[in-house]
Amino acid sequence: MTTSPPLTATAIAVAGLTKSYGDQRVLDGVDLTVRSGSIHALLGSNGAGKTTVVRILSTLLKADGGTATVAGHDVATQPAEVRAAISLTGQFAAVDDILTGRENLVLIAKLRHVDDPRGVADQLLTRFDLVDAADRRAATYSGGMRRRLDIAMSLIGDPSVLFLDEPTTGLDPQARLEVWRTIAELAAGGTTVLLTTQYLDEAEHLADRIAILHGGRIIADGTFADLQALLPPTEVEYVEKKPTLEDVFLALVRHEQ
Amino acid sequence: MTTTAHLSDTTTLLGRSLRHISRSPDTIITTAITPIAMLLLFVYVLGGSISVGQESYVNYLLPGILLITIASGISYTAFRLFTDVSTGLFERLQSMPITRSAVLWGHVLTSLVANAVSLVLVVLVGLLMGFRSGAGVVAWLGVVGLLALFTLALTWLAVIPGLTATSIDGVSGFSYPLIFLPFVSSAFVPTDGMPTAVGWFAEHQPVTSIVNTLRNLLAEQPVGDDGWIALAWCVGLLLVAYALAMRTYRRRIS
Repeated sequence: MTTSPPLTATAIAVAGLTKSYGDQRVLDGVDLTVRSGSIHALLGSNGAGKTTVVRILSTLLKADGGTATVAGHDVATQPAEVRAAISLTGQFAAVDDILTGRENLVLIAKLRHVDDPRGVADQLLTRFDLVDAADRRAATYSGGMRRRLDIAMSLIGDPSVLFLDEPTTGLDPQARLEVWRTIAELAAGGTTVLLTTQYLDEAEHLADRIAILHGGRIIADGTFADLQALLPPTEVEYVEKKPTLEDVFLALVRHEQ
Repeated sequence: MTTTAHLSDTTTLLGRSLRHISRSPDTIITTAITPIAMLLLFVYVLGGSISVGQESYVNYLLPGILLITIASGISYTAFRLFTDVSTGLFERLQSMPITRSAVLWGHVLTSLVANAVSLVLVVLVGLLMGFRSGAGVVAWLGVVGLLALFTLALTWLAVIPGLTATSIDGVSGFSYPLIFLPFVSSAFVPTDGMPTAVGWFAEHQPVTSIVNTLRNLLAEQPVGDDGWIALAWCVGLLLVAYALAMRTYRRRIS
């Protein structure tokens, strides 16, 4: 199988990534480094190019220029090795509606050629609190259950890097909290998570580091505290109140325009 | 990726879509129902006024009806593929360490199985209506082989709208011309009664040679040139459809 990546603390390294659709330059030199085992949020407005970045990193789309390595493998020249190391959870819960929850898990386990597909499915059903619904068709699941099943499917084969593209879009607040808890547990277990979101509180709550994608570039990247420090105190009207991520985001985005 | 891995991934995905079919048998029934209705309508309502020589009209008509069954059956391949693409399952599979084309092959093989079941249903109704054939094993193998080849060719054609359609209407729309093609062929009436231009088209379009071949195989008659022409059409269509489908697929994934 694949050779293990060189021992490094970097799970994802992106440099000068560009991508255009016709005349529209969606990515205009994206640089990003994600540490192993961290949750890194990629924050941006709708259409900022977050999904484009994720699709390039998960080998679904070719970049026009720049380089990107995931788990030590170049996405352009070693896509098969990258695919073996990652899992993608797209914007919509990509589950098979006609199959049951258990069958969905077994399907992915078989395709990942893991040893005991049924055993793996059972474990994940328990871990994601889906045992009662295991033999119901996924079409009958609530939004939160679908997303849990979706994430459970992504964990089969122990990927070292997980891409979560807007994992809580369209979920109710309770389901959102469930998904947040799941993501936090994953990172605690050593999985690297690159999370795209347009919800500022999600990034603030979950991420170790936050990168803001705007105008095709990363305009800020750091911990929440780093980002807060970007705002000069003189511009803060209420000095005793710390700026929220929303304040930082809007100030940066405005500044760029 | 090794051949064994490809086979095992394809088998896994074939199992998945066969399970879809077993849970929605209506896809097989709706595939068979229109051809069966046509069979009944033409044999019992219009057939009395159609002269096809010595043969019974149901024997004459069945081969064309089988092709119509296939033409309507393959639209479900487009539909299932479209569903995978629009739910994101297609992208999930493409981002996994599997043989990527296994996703398409799973759907294509499923189409062969589903169409075979629909065809058997139509033939059974034909038998009830008096269809008889004294054809031997070899002739039947020829019939099955030609139908399989035709199914395969049209299925790869169906892959294209399955991958590119933007709405569910676009997916089902593409098969209508295919269903109508047999009407302008020797499937329902002999071509010599048609006006010159129409007759010329009917004689030179693929359905006529395929229908004539199937009909002769079932009636224990020599197949003649029609057999080679039918084979050439099926293989040619298959190669073109496969090449176009793979090109569409490669564009879709890069």
